[in-house]
Amino acid sequence: MKELLQVRGLTKTFRLSAKQQKLEKTREKVRTAVNDLSFTANEGEIFGLLGPNGAGKTTTLRMLATLIRPDSGDAVLDGASVVKEPEQVRGKIGFLTSELKLEEFFTPNYLFDFFSTLHGVPPQVRRQRREALFARFGIDRFAEVKVADLSTGMKQKVSLVVSIVHDPDIIIFDEPTNGLDVLTARVVTDFLQELRSQGKTIIVSTHIFSLVEKLCDRVGIIIDGRMVCCGTLEEIRRGGSLEDRFFDIYRETVGEAE
Amino acid sequence: MKSNGIIAIMRKELARFFGDKRMVVSILLPGLLIYVMYSFMGQAMGSLYGVEEDYVPTVQVVNLPASVSALVEASGGMALVETDASAVEEAKAAVAEQGLDLLAVFPADFDQAVAAYDPAGGGAAPDVEIYYNAASTASQSTYMLLTGLLDAYEAQLANKFDINAGGGVYDLASEKDTAGTYFASLMPLLLMIFLYSGCVAVAPESIAGEKERGTIATMLITPIRRGDIAVGKILALAVVALLSGASSAVGTVLALPKLVGAASDELSANIYGVQDYLLLAAVILSTVLLLVTLISILSTFAKTVKEAQTYVMPLMILVMVLGVTAMFGGGAKTELWYYLIPLYNSVQCMVGVFSFSTVTAGVAAALAANAVYTVLGVFLLTRMFNSEKIVFSR
Repeated sequence: MKELLQVRGLTKTFRLSAKQQKLEKTREKVRTAVNDLSFTANEGEIFGLLGPNGAGKTTTLRMLATLIRPDSGDAVLDGASVVKEPEQVRGKIGFLTSELKLEEFFTPNYLFDFFSTLHGVPPQVRRQRREALFARFGIDRFAEVKVADLSTGMKQKVSLVVSIVHDPDIIIFDEPTNGLDVLTARVVTDFLQELRSQGKTIIVSTHIFSLVEKLCDRVGIIIDGRMVCCGTLEEIRRGGSLEDRFFDIYRETVGEAE
Repeated sequence: MKSNGIIAIMRKELARFFGDKRMVVSILLPGLLIYVMYSFMGQAMGSLYGVEEDYVPTVQVVNLPASVSALVEASGGMALVETDASAVEEAKAAVAEQGLDLLAVFPADFDQAVAAYDPAGGGAAPDVEIYYNAASTASQSTYMLLTGLLDAYEAQLANKFDINAGGGVYDLASEKDTAGTYFASLMPLLLMIFLYSGCVAVAPESIAGEKERGTIATMLITPIRRGDIAVGKILALAVVALLSGASSAVGTVLALPKLVGAASDELSANIYGVQDYLLLAAVILSTVLLLVTLISILSTFAKTVKEAQTYVMPLMILVMVLGVTAMFGGGAKTELWYYLIPLYNSVQCMVGVFSFSTVTAGVAAALAANAVYTVLGVFLLTRMFNSEKIVFSR
């Protein structure tokens, strides 16, 4: 198996404003969101970053997607470094998070073509891909409806489709089922498994244990910006349930810190 | 691949504006509104002191002197009705109620009294009392007409010398110069405001709006270069701002003659040649590019459209103040360094074009300077798009 993604010592700190310091009753000026984080993901697997809110999952994924720069460390995605070759990385990945919105004025058709152009997808490939993906997600009936007039679930599906117009080998998905109804969530998880069977590498972040158990081949547990443990789902579970193991690990880690 | 990105962004921005009917209307409406409003204002101001042309006002006169009767007959425009002195109160009431236009009460034997009067003697001069009603346009204008006639008559009686009695052309300014001076004092301010408004109508929406709605990040995760986004947006916004500015400017130029009440062939934009317009177009284009870049930079700092509109307020005040400097007259500045000051140089170039006093080197310097400022601005904007602190600030 090929290691398609290597994360080495990623670190990211944010400066806290005076207001935030007061609010959180702390005197530290710098908050370390991600602390010396390392892991790898193999081609054709789904890797899950599991952790509570505020653990640094989203910050990590944003660094992988080159939206923010790490303070130190690096990540290499299919040979491209997020620090040195961010533009190449952007061409290789599909990144999806609820924070990335589509312009509501446009239709799914228009947006698919627009983002295809930005990704440099040739027109005939673009057409085939659009037809296939729109049919797969039932967007075809709404292809000429403005995004503003679509239902939340349909908007999410359009966002998903638009994020993979360039058929990337690596897909990074922040909280894939957050805010989705059960039907749409199911469509999304099924699709992620389908992508894996096509040999794509998928990184998801979540705090939902069942999602990890259902989807992921390997898991990294992040607490307070550190990778506490990382391995295959079986290695982490050690025969028990993921949830129980997580709380054991959490107690050990936070207990140590305090 | 490079230019593809710029074109894709431009097309998207233009599709955004021209696909939305409300946007198109809001861009083109100002010009129409300005035309209608200015025309209406001009007409309203004109009719304030004018009456219908075929209206003949009625003036009741007590003790009508032969001289005045002859004067009025010669000039025409009013009907004199002789009245007895006993009817004065009744006539005054009629003027007050606007039933009668004017009442003139002459002293008895006015002509003899005037002939006998010696200004050096120090006695009271014969006094004519004219009653009018300022609330009535007809009464007011008749009052002006009659007092004008009497003043002229008085001047004629004591005539010692004349000024410009020859009937020749004494104002040696050509119509072109007069109109040019007028346009040069007003148009730079108006144009600057229109261009600014055009830019402000679109740039905050396109940049701070995309940030606010989280759509700009979706573009930032594609391989497109940040510089392409900046250039594509600025070009598209400049096109829209130019259209909006042009709509307002055309409305103004067409309505100006009506606003100032001059016959439209006296104050017409026809005095300018193709060359003037080309020069003006170049100045406007470079100004719009600079303005759009400045407003885009300010909008990128803002988290929301509202915040962006607050940030650009000082720029509006600056633009207006600079536009007002055109009213001080004196034609365009000849010192080159004035043309290096951004925005002020645009005003000076416009003054030059409108008053036929263009400093060619100055315009060239201004265009070059603006191009440099715009490129620097685009560079800064690209850096800002690369900065996570600015793009993802909340």
